[in-house]
Amino acid sequence: MLGGPGLESVVDQIISVITNDGRNIVGVLKGFDQATNIILDESHERVYSTKEGVQQLVLGLYIIRGDNISVIGELDEELDAGLDLSELRAHPLKPVIH
Amino acid sequence: MLFFSYFKDLVGREVTVELKNDLAIRGTLHSVDQYLNIKLENTRVVDQEKYPHMLSVRNCFIRGSVVRYVQLPPEGVDIELLHDATRREARGG
Repeated sequence: MLGGPGLESVVDQIISVITNDGRNIVGVLKGFDQATNIILDESHERVYSTKEGVQQLVLGLYIIRGDNISVIGELDEELDAGLDLSELRAHPLKPVIH
Repeated sequence: MLFFSYFKDLVGREVTVELKNDLAIRGTLHSVDQYLNIKLENTRVVDQEKYPHMLSVRNCFIRGSVVRYVQLPPEGVDIELLHDATRREARGG
């Protein structure tokens, strides 16, 4: 029985994190711990809006605290390359309500 | 421990996880841990038009603390077994 989250398989890969406040942050997973705190390198935030295309804000090297994380997704770079983010319109994700 | 064991038995099944931010993700249950964190494979967001935020994601890790519901296929549920197990857990725990 593994103590922490089974994230070893995605270390050094690009992941998409959804945080509890509804943000989407993409970056390379460099490390994690039992509490799902993560280290994300080369990260940027993807801001979705209904009025304009997806905005990408460069963040750099980040530590995201585990209790603020909802989802960690393995980003498929092929699929992602096929997306036209400038044409994507969507409401921002809702924040988590416990 | 009961639900950890229960989910371990469901590995391989198609489930839909509804999160506390109203996002619903469908996928194959790959693994679960003691915190009921869930790893899904072959994921699709249920309302992709409304939630295109995970279009390029096919495998994901969902933190247990953020799960509202886990929707199971009815064939995957032995309701009598579950009923007995929870009764025993309630008595002992």
